[in-house]
Amino acid sequence: MVEVTLIEASRRAALQEMRRDARVWVLGEDVARGGLWGQYKDFLAEFGDQRVVSTPISESTIMGAGLGSALVGQRPIIEMRIFDFVMCAMDELVNQIAKIRYMFGGQAKPAVVVRMPHGMWRNSAAQHSQMLEAWFAHLPGVIVVTPATPADTAGLLVQAIRSDDPVLFFDPKDLFWVNGEISEPIEPIPFGVARKVTEGDAATVVTWSAAVPVATKGAELLAADGIKIDLLDLRTIWPWDQDAVIASVNKTKRLLVVHEAVEVAGFGAEVVARVVDQVGPANLKAAKRLASPRIPVPFSPPLEAEVRLSPEKVVSAVKALIGA
Amino acid sequence: MSDPGDNLRRLTDLYRTMARIRAFEETALEAHKAGEIPGPLHVSIGQEAVAAGVCLNLRKDDRLTSNHRGHGHAIAKGADPKRMMLELYGRDGGYCRGKGGSMHIADFSVGMLGANGVVAGGIPIAVGAAQGLKMQGSDAIVTCMFGDGAVNRGPFLEGLNWAVLFKLPVLFVCEDNGVAAFTRAESVTAGPGVIDRAKALGVAAITVDGNNGMGVDDAASTAVGAVRRGEGPHLLHLRTYRITGHTSADAAAWRPEEEVAEARSRDPIARLGAVLAERGVGAGELGKMIENARAEMAEARSGANAAAWPAAAVAFEDVQDTGAVAWSKSH
Repeated sequence: MVEVTLIEASRRAALQEMRRDARVWVLGEDVARGGLWGQYKDFLAEFGDQRVVSTPISESTIMGAGLGSALVGQRPIIEMRIFDFVMCAMDELVNQIAKIRYMFGGQAKPAVVVRMPHGMWRNSAAQHSQMLEAWFAHLPGVIVVTPATPADTAGLLVQAIRSDDPVLFFDPKDLFWVNGEISEPIEPIPFGVARKVTEGDAATVVTWSAAVPVATKGAELLAADGIKIDLLDLRTIWPWDQDAVIASVNKTKRLLVVHEAVEVAGFGAEVVARVVDQVGPANLKAAKRLASPRIPVPFSPPLEAEVRLSPEKVVSAVKALIGA
Repeated sequence: MSDPGDNLRRLTDLYRTMARIRAFEETALEAHKAGEIPGPLHVSIGQEAVAAGVCLNLRKDDRLTSNHRGHGHAIAKGADPKRMMLELYGRDGGYCRGKGGSMHIADFSVGMLGANGVVAGGIPIAVGAAQGLKMQGSDAIVTCMFGDGAVNRGPFLEGLNWAVLFKLPVLFVCEDNGVAAFTRAESVTAGPGVIDRAKALGVAAITVDGNNGMGVDDAASTAVGAVRRGEGPHLLHLRTYRITGHTSADAAAWRPEEEVAEARSRDPIARLGAVLAERGVGAGELGKMIENARAEMAEARSGANAAAWPAAAVAFEDVQDTGAVAWSKSH
């Protein structure tokens, strides 16, 4: 085990896989210089400019060229720099990557990983802070990965690079410099398996991505008040670990979903609906969501704080849920 | 091609492919009008010399990306019309198991990486495929077919710029039928057009009469050779004419009759037929090729019309390995 930052964990995962499989290559803006976040530092020297390709600011073609290379057998890591820029490549992602296997009757499996650093980060305002992972859970044909720790980022990135399915990898940019232990070598973590962060009977709290450390802190504050919760980090929202969530809710009878993204039509709505359907109203005393108001992310620090989650908000929401 | 016998055989092959494309399109159109083929159908009647002339210069391991009007491209690249027709009918045994239809014909086994329902959608895919082939050290090339409407979409600029930067083995083919859906391309395209745009980015580009099969073959032969030698992307601007409407439902009645009549007088198949006749190919032999093509496509039609529908379970297959429908339903 070695302790590294989350972004370094992702660098080591990509490095390991590029050494393991010569078909893997990375393309995106500034990646030959190490990438905006240093996640490809020293890759150019080791792998050369055919496999580490700094591209023009041409998101459509970054996405589409990654796909084209996959159709002739390469395994691209498509770097979007910041999630919000994927909007410039929506045709290539939604109409092409997500459709090609199905639309062509299984003739091709586009084995691409699309990395999209997302979420709020140091007052970056409305076009550099979005969390729209729910859009992609709605899209058949893709895997949606939303890790929160260095170990999960590393293990899930290895799994993503080895996957024949297209994987949308939401790097949590607010957590890039959080430290944690990772194994050496990095073992893949399967998609659709939640991680239990804390254990308890009072309520089930389901979360993912940058909301995880906030909810974890909330769980600690609650524990200090004698309230113990099951806290589940989904890690991937498609597929998502319905078994783990349902088993927990069957025990606690109470569900809170916490995510950074806007509450309205967020993925929390899917989790709640599925749990209601599977657990049944008789076994469910309360189900709530804690998420962002339906406003763009503002710039100014106190305004941004209005959108952000906090451990105190988690504590209040859980206490309201259990009637404490 | 210096041997006159070889050249004649080549032109005869070209003629046969054009006749097969025409017969496929006419048969499909008729079947669509008869209610046998569901959904939108975009046919390329009048444009056959483009597909046939370009693809005559490609190897099986060369790749091709196509657009919504792609039946001809697929046939010319070596796809099986029977399986194409099954796909148009949405039947079992179709190229895409009945999940793609006319706009999404693909045959990866002959390098046909798919037609595309989005204008310019194939351009980024083509440059990426070329980049992958270059990484692999292959001398295969990628041909990217798109229409005159595509030059006004962003991926055209991005893709050409990209192909030059990385010196990729791509042959861009602008199949210019003069009309973007229902709108004359010249009325929505600023400046002198595709050639100047390509040259501004450093792509070697020429305009050729796309209804002259021999001329297309010559130009494609030169361009494919250069691209294969690693000289970077080239672009062929092939001017042609769409005899029918945008889709099978469109009569394109807004065009003056004289214009369509004039275009018919430049019919690429008749023109190449005249060249072959001059070189001694008899009318009977030419007629036989047309008849054979029609018989082949009629058989494809009757076979497709009699074929079984796909099993309902097929709708749930080919989605993804992890997190597919079956995964969802099991929970």
